[in-house]
Amino acid sequence: MTVRSRGPMALAFERLRQDRAAIAAGFTLAGVLLMAALAPIIASLVGHGPGDQFLDIGLSPSGLPIAPNRTFLLGTDSLGRDVLVRIAYGTRVSLLVGVLASALAVLVGTVVGITAGWYGGLVDRGLSRLMDVVLSLPFLVFALALVAVVGPSLTISVTVIAFFTWASVGRIVRAQALSIRELEYVQAARTLGASQARLMFVEILPNVTASIIVYTTLLIPGAIAGEATLSFLGLSVVPPTPSWGNMLADAMAYYRVAWWFVFFPGAALLITTVAFNVLGDSVRDALHPRRETAAAGSREDAA
Amino acid sequence: MLVLAHRGERLSAAPKTARPGEPLVSLERVVKEFPVKGGGLVFRSREKVHAVSDVSLEIRRGETLALVGETGCGKSTLARCVMGLHAVTSGKVVFDGTDITRASHAALKPFRRRMQMVFQDPYGSLNPRRRVGSILGDPFDIHGLATGAARLSHVHALMTLVGLNPEHYNRFPGDFSGGQRQRIGIARAIALHPDLVVCDEPVSALDVSIRAQILNLLADLQHELGLTYLFISHDLSVVRHVSNRVAVMYLGRVVEVAPVDDLYAHARHPYTRALLSAMPVADPDGAAAREHVVLSGDPPSPLDPPSGCRFHPRCPRAQARCAAELPPLAPAAGDVAEHVTACHFPLADHELLATTAIGQRA
Amino acid sequence: MTSSAPNGVAPLLEVRDLRVAFSTPDGLLEAVSGLSFSVARGQVLGIVGESGSGKSAATQSMVGLTRGARVTGEALFEQRDLLAMSPDELRAVRGPGIAMVFQNPLSSLHPLYRIGWQIVEMIQAHEPVTKRQARARAIELLGLVGIPHPDRRVDDYPHQFSGGMLQRAMIAMALALNPHLLVADEPTTALDVTVQAQIIRLLGRVQQEFGTAIILITHDLGVIAEVADDVIVMYAGRTMEVAPRRALFREPSHPYTRGLLQAIPRADLAGGRLTPIPGQPPSLIGRAAGCPFQPRCAEAIDRCGYQTPPLDGVRGAVHHRCSCWLTAGNA
Repeated sequence: MTVRSRGPMALAFERLRQDRAAIAAGFTLAGVLLMAALAPIIASLVGHGPGDQFLDIGLSPSGLPIAPNRTFLLGTDSLGRDVLVRIAYGTRVSLLVGVLASALAVLVGTVVGITAGWYGGLVDRGLSRLMDVVLSLPFLVFALALVAVVGPSLTISVTVIAFFTWASVGRIVRAQALSIRELEYVQAARTLGASQARLMFVEILPNVTASIIVYTTLLIPGAIAGEATLSFLGLSVVPPTPSWGNMLADAMAYYRVAWWFVFFPGAALLITTVAFNVLGDSVRDALHPRRETAAAGSREDAA
Repeated sequence: MLVLAHRGERLSAAPKTARPGEPLVSLERVVKEFPVKGGGLVFRSREKVHAVSDVSLEIRRGETLALVGETGCGKSTLARCVMGLHAVTSGKVVFDGTDITRASHAALKPFRRRMQMVFQDPYGSLNPRRRVGSILGDPFDIHGLATGAARLSHVHALMTLVGLNPEHYNRFPGDFSGGQRQRIGIARAIALHPDLVVCDEPVSALDVSIRAQILNLLADLQHELGLTYLFISHDLSVVRHVSNRVAVMYLGRVVEVAPVDDLYAHARHPYTRALLSAMPVADPDGAAAREHVVLSGDPPSPLDPPSGCRFHPRCPRAQARCAAELPPLAPAAGDVAEHVTACHFPLADHELLATTAIGQRA
Repeated sequence: MTSSAPNGVAPLLEVRDLRVAFSTPDGLLEAVSGLSFSVARGQVLGIVGESGSGKSAATQSMVGLTRGARVTGEALFEQRDLLAMSPDELRAVRGPGIAMVFQNPLSSLHPLYRIGWQIVEMIQAHEPVTKRQARARAIELLGLVGIPHPDRRVDDYPHQFSGGMLQRAMIAMALALNPHLLVADEPTTALDVTVQAQIIRLLGRVQQEFGTAIILITHDLGVIAEVADDVIVMYAGRTMEVAPRRALFREPSHPYTRGLLQAIPRADLAGGRLTPIPGQPPSLIGRAAGCPFQPRCAEAIDRCGYQTPPLDGVRGAVHHRCSCWLTAGNA
């Protein structure tokens, strides 16, 4: 047989490569990543730092932000700072929080989910109640309270967002673990004498990773939007560190006179979240392809 | 290289006329009930699924004992009780002289090497995300018997033994056909040369032309490795080819046990007769000439089994005694001690249960 | 290409050179490659094949159940070509013309609607009757197929029925509009043996009492031996052999048919080693030339490898045809 054996992951990757939406989203996100990575270079290229206030050339005579021109490619903000550079630096915050918070949420959620799904009984009930409670806590109120006590920072941002999202991952993983647990290959491993830990992480986990990957790519835009919300309310990074959220907060007062101040950070946020969502959808389709037709004989099922 | 048997030779290692071997597995009055969850908030429903009710059986070393019955008869549950996958509600499971009924997970581990299972579904019994070599390496890994290159060579040897190309060890189950996957499942079961292999409907999900291949493979392996089989099936035609003895189950109880040829030629229990006559036979003239018993209704639910003999509501020969008194498993008049039946009115050879031709073909 | 129907009477269903292909990422999958057969009124045609033989795809494509497939050929049902019909015309045929019963009744019936409601809905979709009339007919049908207390069970949900009862209900629904042709695709495979016997008996009754023609698709030669009038043996999308029932079992011509008959375990014969057919069914993608069974055939000659044998009569018998070079020229 000349057919090369490709595992389920490799096959999924193949499908992904052929998905045009995924490629477009991929390129977009590559651009975003590049912008984040090259923020300092962008700053030095245009000669403006993210915190530099150009009160003379950056503001109009009446003290309002100036529109995009040759010096300030995307205009300035209320303090005469270069919007482009600030957006670039803001990308770092968004991506950092988005990815880190999601990764943390997925890690915790997976472990809890598999444990709950595998053991069942009291363990499951306890963990499920815990997840229910976490899911019913109001995000903003809690975040506000926490920040009031501890003070705003990047770490708080990441922690809070992770805290509010791990439970939804946990639920999904738990549901999958529950159904996989009954499958025959898990029974087979049990009859061989496999330990509980082995059953959970060698047999069940690989079959849950597909869902986890999909969910992660869909969690990230939510986390980014969450961070933007937090920083909009001043609960995330401390100014003058730019983030899309706090830029939008500043821009609220100026939207009638400085459209670029609202538009560009907003566009950045929108483009990034849409790209992640599209990619997430494509990843999901790649990992769970749906057959359009019932191909005859595709499954030997003589029974 | 396996030595292939000649056509017509008995498939199983123990010739049917020899004295029976020692019992490898002894089941004594095994009962398995599953509580049904649900019911009201205050009054929990006390319903139970009576999956296995008071079964005593012996599996002798070297033989193939078939466990036959339809859905709900408890054969799969019983097999899993033998394997220790279910904790029995009451009764004893004795494996090679050791009582393993209440053994803990740790105490059971050494026994896990000695009894293994081949599952029905070739698609569900292999983890689709793991490579075949890794799956077959599991037994060695779990019991700490071989690592690295040694393990790999064991895996290669196993694959060759079951008729697969050892170079394909790095492939995923999805790259194999149903019959090949079943071979992998068999290889996994015999990897550690167990004493007992429980085959749970191993060919039911396979194509007809592949079934014979797998049955022959099982026979060869039994011969080569001295295995004992507990063969579970609903298909009496398959059972005839592979077993030494057959036990017929109905609704959680054993209704008849006999050496294989005896069962087919001299079935005593009405249910056995009904099963035999319901089997479609690939012979149009034979089909017309056979006794046809078409049972009415469906098997009752194991939630609420009938009193006395559980078959009595559907039995054409049932009398009042059948509903009142549970018939014991004993040889019918004139039968050898090996052939036992649980029936108050077992059928004699010449007696017919009913005559209703299926389809009434001209 | 007539079956054992009396001369002069046009067959109920005549299929000519049916081809069904699906495009997959790996290439074109030819599920059916040139299938031709006919069914006379009131006749039972058995189609035997294993997985990948194309038996299900053939009948499903005729009634438009294969979305996305390329279907060519002709399927003349009562002189009208099913493959050339519009979806609306097909819908009119499904039900009163051709009815289908599938393998797994649990997935063929909607779990959230009562059985009676589903039957009534189907009747009303095709016939201008009142709900009460349709319901009465539904109860009548359920009784006809042997479901006890049909007036009570008509309001039950599918999950309240056992497998056998549910399959009977499926058959009742299929019979609701008095179809001329009933296509039963592995109707008993998922059922217990004793229940299977009941269902086969029911199908026999349906044929005798209502004169309904039946296409019975199965992998089980034993079932075929009980009820079929004529039999088609399919392999890898092609017909290997066509014969009346007795002739097929007594004088199987095609090596595949012979191989199957030898390979299946028999409860009525003494046990012993089985003679399997070596190898596996071929891939249906990118088919090689020649007879599809050739790689597994013990009697293959050179020609089998590069030329596909036609379906020819065996030893002069009009009704017994075989697609094999070894029997060709025996006409």
